[in-house]
Amino acid sequence: MRNAPRSEDIALAIRRRVFEHAMRNNGGYLSQACSAAEQLAFLYNEALTLGPSTMPMIPPPFGGVPSAQNPDYVTGAGYNGPAAPEYDRLFIAPAHYALVAYACLIEVGRMAPEGLEMFNQDGSSVEMIGAEHSPGMEVHNGTLGIGLSTAAGLAWGRKRRGEPGEVCVFMSDGEVQEGQTWEAVQAAAHHEIGNLWALMDVNRQQCDGAMDDVMKVGDIATKLRNFGAVVAEVDAHDLNALRQAKAMPHEGQPLIILAHSSPTKGMEFLMRRFPRLHYVRFKSAEERAEMNVAIAQELGIDPIVLEDH
Amino acid sequence: MEMVNRPYASAFEAYAVQHPEVLCLSADLTSSCEIDGFRDRHPDQFLSLGMAEQNMLSFAGGLGLAGFRPFIHSFGVFLYRRPYDQLMASIAYPRRKVRLMGFLPGITTPGGMTHQAIEDISVMRTIPNMTVLEAGDATEVESIVAEADTVDGPVYCRILRGAVPRLFDSPLRIGQMRVLAEGDDVLVVTAGITTEEAMRARAALDAAGVAVRHLHLNTLKPFDAAQIVEHAASVRHGVVTLENHLVAGGIGSMVAEALAEAGLARKLVRLGLRDTYAHGGSRPYLMRYYGLDALSLVRAVERVTGQETGITEEALGAVRVDAVHSAVKAEAL
Repeated sequence: MRNAPRSEDIALAIRRRVFEHAMRNNGGYLSQACSAAEQLAFLYNEALTLGPSTMPMIPPPFGGVPSAQNPDYVTGAGYNGPAAPEYDRLFIAPAHYALVAYACLIEVGRMAPEGLEMFNQDGSSVEMIGAEHSPGMEVHNGTLGIGLSTAAGLAWGRKRRGEPGEVCVFMSDGEVQEGQTWEAVQAAAHHEIGNLWALMDVNRQQCDGAMDDVMKVGDIATKLRNFGAVVAEVDAHDLNALRQAKAMPHEGQPLIILAHSSPTKGMEFLMRRFPRLHYVRFKSAEERAEMNVAIAQELGIDPIVLEDH
Repeated sequence: MEMVNRPYASAFEAYAVQHPEVLCLSADLTSSCEIDGFRDRHPDQFLSLGMAEQNMLSFAGGLGLAGFRPFIHSFGVFLYRRPYDQLMASIAYPRRKVRLMGFLPGITTPGGMTHQAIEDISVMRTIPNMTVLEAGDATEVESIVAEADTVDGPVYCRILRGAVPRLFDSPLRIGQMRVLAEGDDVLVVTAGITTEEAMRARAALDAAGVAVRHLHLNTLKPFDAAQIVEHAASVRHGVVTLENHLVAGGIGSMVAEALAEAGLARKLVRLGLRDTYAHGGSRPYLMRYYGLDALSLVRAVERVTGQETGITEEALGAVRVDAVHSAVKAEAL
């Protein structure tokens, strides 16, 4: 008999897997794994009520886009289980976290490790920017700011149908620069959509660098409360804090958990690259080798065996 | 000519109350889109989403995911200009059954550039998975509601509001263009409000000995190119398109593409807005100013045939004048 996996262990495994992938593929979304590993582990391992995956462990190749001529089209939502009334639904709003989300699917047993080998390969459904047909995805979210609105609409519909399942959005703090995010919060509050909640990775980083340099957003918590959300603020790497935040009552209001994270958590060596962390590329073979040794040590593993390129 | 007051209001209500999975969405233009009565009588089926179209479109995508069929009501421009990204990602790509009801198409509003959807057909028809319909009279406004709701995917409809003439006695059917005259001199292709203008011009042209073949389009996508080509091949002189839209990307372009792809050489005159914005004014004024009226059509037919008809403005009869501020219009905008 096996003990239930601990979210802490899943988070560490996510970091190790994303690190290994980045090392082998000459770069990747390392920082997103640092900041979001506990959050995604928490969602899949504890917070969400999901049925078993309905999809093959090894993802099928790209099967075409939705069209009237493609009747067999399916999204990647089946990796999160069936869309039954009692189950929760998850949207990964910042699709740039796809690599981390795929790693999480592997660690919770919903996808085979081979799935990650297909990442960003031509003809694969395991796309770099998570698409609708990518494992664990249900809608396209690569354009930031649309996730919460979509989730609010689905949640309203599920409430109308009397379905017990909730709708959850994994968000990024950069999305609060988009006006649509605020439109979504005010609509969710106005229509009392209490079966909607979001977990926001507040790592204060975006593509160009630190958010404070790119566009200051001020006090997100106060702004969200003023728009009608119930807000909790926690340390993103403290699973007990995440559990307590999720338990906050939010009757008739959306709950948004601001998970304050470190973009280098578990891989402090990356601070050398600060603030350019959105996508980590190696500037030289020497840097790659140095990072391989240093971060592997931080993660408690041997350096990744690198093939010659 | 029979004028029908607010045909959309009664048709939508009659249909929606029979279909609980139909939802009525509005972005602060509820009375302007003739759904104020529906809101008051059926508040449970009505969702006010405020002046926030980007959220409204993605929200509607979410409602579609939950199995509902939202009818989004706003002015046509507001359904695609600001929320174009949301239209693509949340509605068109995933083929949500969202019905986009675009009021005040083209120059049917005195609201000027910000209110006039003059490139909506061009934009909408290039979007994969999108169906595009346009109502040309009261009967088509009434029947477009149920017909649009049969589409397995998203659909954009150009809707006429207020006092609308009744030109047809059979309902709009997707993919079925109306052959209103079968002359063999010139093919005239119209849609929406330009069909009424062409009917007026046709009577005068008939009297002047020009036999017009007149097609009224209500389905702009999918576009029945084969039938257009067949009709174009059966006329002696050429083709004139007249549209309440820019000639680039709209019906004129569609007809040109159809003729070219079929290798059919026919002279083509495209009437409509010619690479210009419009300004605010009454519909008759704007139709005259931008060459969308019956007289412009007559002159275009003369260019195609190479023969003057002698038809004067007076001969075209009394132009229908809308009282913009009359009681039958809820408001000028």
